[in-house]
Amino acid sequence: MNKEFLQHMANGISLGSLYALIAIGYTMVYGILRLINFAHGDIFMLGVYLTFYGITYTSIPWYIVFILASVITGFLGVTLERLAYKPLRGSPRITILISAIGASFLLQNAGVLVFGGRPKAFPTPEVFNKVISIGEISVALVNFIIPIVTLILLVILNFFIQKTRTGMAMRALSKDYEAASLMGIDINNTISITFFIGSFLAAVGGIMWGIKYPQLMPHMGVLPGLKCFIAAVIGGIGSISGAVLGGFILGLGEILLIAFLPSLTGYRDAFAFILLIIILLVKPTGLMGEKIAEKV
Amino acid sequence: MLSIKNLHVSYGGIKALRGINIDIAENKIVTLIGANGAGKSSTLRAIMNLVKKEDGKVEYNGDDLTNLKTMDIVKKGIVLSPEGRRVFANLTVEENLILGAYTRKDKAGINEDIEKIYNLFPRLKERSWQKSGTLSGGEQQMLAVGRAMMIRPKVLMLDEPSLGLAPLLVKDIFDIIKEIHSQGNTILLVEQNAKKALEIADYAYVLETGSLVLEGKGEELLNNSKVKEAYLGSQ
Repeated sequence: MNKEFLQHMANGISLGSLYALIAIGYTMVYGILRLINFAHGDIFMLGVYLTFYGITYTSIPWYIVFILASVITGFLGVTLERLAYKPLRGSPRITILISAIGASFLLQNAGVLVFGGRPKAFPTPEVFNKVISIGEISVALVNFIIPIVTLILLVILNFFIQKTRTGMAMRALSKDYEAASLMGIDINNTISITFFIGSFLAAVGGIMWGIKYPQLMPHMGVLPGLKCFIAAVIGGIGSISGAVLGGFILGLGEILLIAFLPSLTGYRDAFAFILLIIILLVKPTGLMGEKIAEKV
Repeated sequence: MLSIKNLHVSYGGIKALRGINIDIAENKIVTLIGANGAGKSSTLRAIMNLVKKEDGKVEYNGDDLTNLKTMDIVKKGIVLSPEGRRVFANLTVEENLILGAYTRKDKAGINEDIEKIYNLFPRLKERSWQKSGTLSGGEQQMLAVGRAMMIRPKVLMLDEPSLGLAPLLVKDIFDIIKEIHSQGNTILLVEQNAKKALEIADYAYVLETGSLVLEGKGEELLNNSKVKEAYLGSQ
């Protein structure tokens, strides 16, 4: 294996980690509400802007800003659900989907109004630009940190979903609302927690995205949002491990495509959509998606 | 004591319940029998507030449950094991039982109760780590009953627990209902298997197209000619 290939792999893994973090939000919300939360990419955008303002206009240390911005974004996600989706619960799914698209446009345009339409530069803390070398490859520190942070968050999330009562309640809710409420599970609360986790992870992904690609725009969430939605579908929407797998396939595929077929660089974004079409043709439930067949 | 007064339920203009009154006394088995579509399940679902009540009142020991959310009714100790078992197929047997105790905080007591359920249903213990979706129908029904008991219900409502089970398993399920009752639980049992239900019931109500047409002690109804003719077969 040559040096160049390893270098590209490192890049691909770090991009894939970001996709994975954001894709989890889509898949968790879909698992519970059967809703594609189109505003998820814009929640991601809000997380990045919150961090920008926190670092630029306050004297709070950057790492505290990172945590605060992620937590606040988590609550913004909860608020979004309360305002745009909860009043429509029980309505046909298409109604809620349209509400999600509306919420997405609203957030983008509110972003233009409040943050301004001109791109801003992400105030990356110095330390992340340090270039480090491991063996033959040398990449910016951020590209090493991203997969590590992602891995830690995934381990925590997995523990939460598999071992805690709330995690079990989420899994139960994703199968059968009514039976879950008969257990005394607080449906609203559980849905809020789901939105919090998804939005929190999107914000963490967003902050690292900002460090990697330090340009902020109110529409910056659209394309990553779409791609991560695709990642969730490729992996099998509703499945968390599927979303992670899909994120890595997409991230690695994209980087390797550019690296080895540079003439196709312009088609970088098309890659995700082509992959989506192929998956939908070959395995519509996604790589790790469950078949929807139930014993009656 | 759980009492239901003048309960009315409709689905899109079609009347499912037309003002029924039911009393369930402490430590009794009360059964609700009737044909398909008579309104048995609707009664249970209305008690749990899973369907909207058009009119009527539900009280438990003086507390008004009429407009409480389902989860708050569960917290009062009124539990429904729904028709069709409805176990969480993507969760293991043990996780299903743990979720049954969702509203409880006493970890030691929960573990103790899981052991009790396993004693009652040894098959569940053998399969505790299996996804409940892989269980047979009878095992799922045991799990559904066990899961409902995990909350230590004051009133346990069972909707068609014998539906779709082999005759041998039906007998098992009824034995277990008796066993649960003998431990001091109050039970509201909804059944199409009227004979079996009446045999173990202290008191019974007969529903017909949304209205109560008969009520009385279990054995009385078992010998009632109308009931015999309509629900028990001619001999």
